Amino acid sequence: MRRALAVVLALGLVAGCSGGDAGRRTVTVLAAASLTEPFTALAERLEEQDPGLDVRLSFAGSADLVAQVEAGAPADVLATADEASMARVPADLLDGEPVTFATNRLQVVVPPGNPGRVRTAADLARVDTVLCARAVPCGALAHALLDDLGVRVRPVSEEQSVKDVLGKVASGEADAGLVYVSDARAAGDRVETVDVEGSEAHLNRYRLAALAGGDAEVARRWLDLVSSGEGRAVLRDAGLGAP
Amino acid sequence: MTLRLDVRLHARDLDVALDVAEGETVALLGPNGAGKSTTLDLLCGLLEPDDGRVELDGRVLAGDGAWVPPHERRVALLAQEPLLLPHLSARQNVAFGPRSQGVGRREAAGRAQALLDALGVGDLADRRPAALSGGQAQRVAVARALAADPRLLLLDEPLAALDVTVAPQVRGLLREVLAGRTAIVVTHDPLDALALADRVVVLESGRVVESGPTRDVLARPRSEFAARVAGLDLLAGPVHDGAVHTGEVVVEGVAAVPVAEGERAVAVFRPASVAVHRERPGGSPRNAWPAVVTELEPRGDLVRVRAGEVAADVTLAAVADLGLVPGDRVWLVVKASEVAIHPARA
Amino acid sequence: MTRRAPGLPAWLLLPAAIGALLVVLPLVALVVRVPWTSLGPLLTSPTAVDALLLSLRTAAVSTLLCVVLGVPIALFLARTSFRGQALLRALVLVPLVLPPVVGGLALLYTFGRRGLLGETLDVLGVQVAFSTTAVVLAQTFVSLPFLVLSLEGALRTAGGRYEAVAATLGASPTTVLRRVTLPLVLPGLVSGAVLAFARSLGEFGATLTFAGSLQGVTRTLPLEIYLQREADPDAAVALALVLVVVAVVVVAGTRLRREEP
Repeated sequence: MRRALAVVLALGLVAGCSGGDAGRRTVTVLAAASLTEPFTALAERLEEQDPGLDVRLSFAGSADLVAQVEAGAPADVLATADEASMARVPADLLDGEPVTFATNRLQVVVPPGNPGRVRTAADLARVDTVLCARAVPCGALAHALLDDLGVRVRPVSEEQSVKDVLGKVASGEADAGLVYVSDARAAGDRVETVDVEGSEAHLNRYRLAALAGGDAEVARRWLDLVSSGEGRAVLRDAGLGAP
Repeated sequence: MTLRLDVRLHARDLDVALDVAEGETVALLGPNGAGKSTTLDLLCGLLEPDDGRVELDGRVLAGDGAWVPPHERRVALLAQEPLLLPHLSARQNVAFGPRSQGVGRREAAGRAQALLDALGVGDLADRRPAALSGGQAQRVAVARALAADPRLLLLDEPLAALDVTVAPQVRGLLREVLAGRTAIVVTHDPLDALALADRVVVLESGRVVESGPTRDVLARPRSEFAARVAGLDLLAGPVHDGAVHTGEVVVEGVAAVPVAEGERAVAVFRPASVAVHRERPGGSPRNAWPAVVTELEPRGDLVRVRAGEVAADVTLAAVADLGLVPGDRVWLVVKASEVAIHPARA
Repeated sequence: MTRRAPGLPAWLLLPAAIGALLVVLPLVALVVRVPWTSLGPLLTSPTAVDALLLSLRTAAVSTLLCVVLGVPIALFLARTSFRGQALLRALVLVPLVLPPVVGGLALLYTFGRRGLLGETLDVLGVQVAFSTTAVVLAQTFVSLPFLVLSLEGALRTAGGRYEAVAATLGASPTTVLRRVTLPLVLPGLVSGAVLAFARSLGEFGATLTFAGSLQGVTRTLPLEIYLQREADPDAAVALALVLVVVAVVVVAGTRLRREEP
C-alpha cells in the first residue's frame, strides 16, 4: 500500500518533465534536502554547458528518497545525506557501487551574541543545549562525538531534524545546539558558530549512486560533475568537506 | 399604590405609565408588538429603562440612578411555557425559589410539597418535567412562582400554550390564586381578562391607549385593539352635531352618556350591523360611506369583510352576489340605532 | 417493506463514494501496516510508554484548563453583548484555522525566553521553554476554540429563558450559573471537553515548534511517532494506531451523545 502510494507520488513528480523535445535528454536526481543549494547551482552549470540536457532535481529527506527508489520512482541518480540510508537500497536497484562524494561534520551553533558564553564543547553540559534525537543520523553522530569528548550533555530537547535544532537556537530558546557545518552556514547570521575539536573524527558521509532503471549515460554526466574540481568547489562553498 | 411604572425605552418606542394597587390584578392587552412583553421585562429587571422609574412598595427598582437586579426584586415571572428546569423534579423546581433565597433544604421541600398539593399536583412531585402533561407542568410552574413569595406576579400569556380542554381548568386555578395578589397578566383573550383581572390596560404601539375596569373596557371599548378582541367596530374622532367625525367618515349613533360638542368619542357597533353595497344605496341612510375592500375572511357561514377601518359580517351568499374581491370599492351602511357613542378619555 | 428515499440522483453516489474512500482508505492502509505480532512490545517500550503517559497527562491538564478558561469565554460570547464581541469571537477561533506551526511560533514569541512575557516569567523563576508547561500551553492554545465553539452553540440553543425565570425566582447570577445554565448545557460542555481532549492528544505542530522534544518531558505521542517514522517505522505505525483508536472512540462518543436526546 505504502509502496504504491510512493510510486504515485514519484510519478506525479516527474510527469511534468517527460514528453519534451525528442532531441532533449533529462537527468533526474533524487537528492537529500541538505544538498538543495549546491545541487541547484551545479544543475544550472550543467544546463549551461549542455543546452540539450535538462536536470530535474527532487529534494526530500534521505529516508523518503530511499522509499521512493524502492517504490520504483523513475530517476537516474540518488544522493543521500548518510551511509545508512544508501545501504538500505537493494543492490539490484543501483547501477554500480555508491561513492562518498562529500562529508559533513558537526559544529556548535549559538544564538547571536552567544548569551550562554559557549567556548568549547564542554560548555554544552552547562547551558540549555538542543541536539538531534539519537534515533536520527545527526543525533547518533552528535552523541558519538560528545561521548568521545567525555562531555555529558543533558539536552533540554532532542529534535527530529537539524533544522529544528537550528530553529530552537536561532530563536534564542536554547543556548546552544549541535548541527552540521553546512546547515550552520546556510543559517547565515541567525546563529554564531563554535568549532568543536575532534569533529573531523565523526564525519557524516554523503553517498551518490546511479540507479539501475535510469539512463546510465546522463547519470554518468552528473556523477562526473559532482566529483570534478568544479563540483568540489561548489560543495565546499556550501560547507561540505571533501570525501 | 404598590407598583408604579413610568418608563421610556427609546429603541422600542415605548412610553408606558402604569399603576397597580395592592392586591389588584391588571390585564395587559394589546396587539403583537405593542410592548406588552417589553413592559414585563422592564418590571422583572431584564431590561433597564432609558428614562423614568419603576417603584414597588416604595422601593425604587430602576430609575433615579437606582438598579435592583432581577433576583432581588421579588417580582416573579410565569411564562407562556412552564420552563421547568428539566434536570430537576417537580418538587425541586418549586423549591428552587426558596432555596435560592436561602431557605433550608427540608423546609423548602416542605413548602414546595404543600403548594403542589394545593394546586392538585402533589402526587407528581417526584416526576421530571418531561413526564408531565402541559397542564400539569403549568400547574407546577404556578406553584414555583408562588413559592418564591413574590410581591408582584407577572403572567405572560399563561394559558396560550395550553390545550383548549385544559385551559379552562388552569384559568379557574389562576383565578383562585390571583385573588388578593398584586399581579399583571398579559393576554390577548378577553375571557382571561374577564376571569382574572380587576382592571384592563390596553397597549398599542408602546403607549397605553385605554385603561379601566375590565367590564367597562370590554363592553365599551375605545381603542381599536380592545374593540377587535371584543369583536366590535370602533371609529374615533371629535363629536359634531351628535356624530363622530373620523376625518373620512361621519357616524351617527346613540350616545350612552351625553357627549359635548367637540369632545372626542368613539362610535362602537357590531360588524353584523354593517351592510355592504356596490352602489350608493337609495333612501339616504344616515350612516353610509364609501370604502375599499382590503380583506375577506370566512368565518363559518359568514364572511368578515374588512373595508377601510371597519369590519362587516356578511353572508357568503351576499358576498357571492356582490362578487366581492379585495380592491373593490363598496358602500358601507350601518343604522344609527345600532351605533353606540362613548366619550373617549384620550 | 422497504422504505425508499424520495429520489436522490444516482450519480451523486460516485463523488460520495470517492469522498468516503478518501477518508477511510488511508485509515485502512495504516491498520494494514500495523505489525500486529510485535504490537505488545512496541507499545510497551519505555519511550512509547513515556510518550503515551505524557500525552494523557498533558491532554488532561489542557482539557481542564480549556474548561476553566473556555466556559467563561463561551458565557460572555453567548449571554452578553458588548463592543468588539464579534472580534473577540473571531480571535478566539483563530487557532482553529491557524496552521499549528504558526501557533507554535506565536506562543514562542509570547512565552519563549525572548518573548513578550518570557523575561517577566524568567524573573519569577518560571521557565516555560522546553518544559511540560509549554506542551500544556500549546495544547490549550489549539484546543480552546473547540470547547468555546461547542459550548457557545449549546448555550445559544438552550436560550436564556430558563435563566431569566430562575432570576425572577430569586436566584443570584452565581446560583443561576450553577443550578440552571451549566446543568442545561452539560451535554454541550462534555462534548466540547472531549473534543478539546482529543485535539490536545493530537497536537503536534505547535508543540514541536514551541516545546521541543524530550522523552518524558515534552515528547508526546505525536512527536514520538514523527521521530520513529524515520528510525523505527513499525513503532511509529503501532503508536499511530493508538491515536486512531482514540480518535474513533471520541468521535463515536460525541456523535452518540448528540443523537441521544
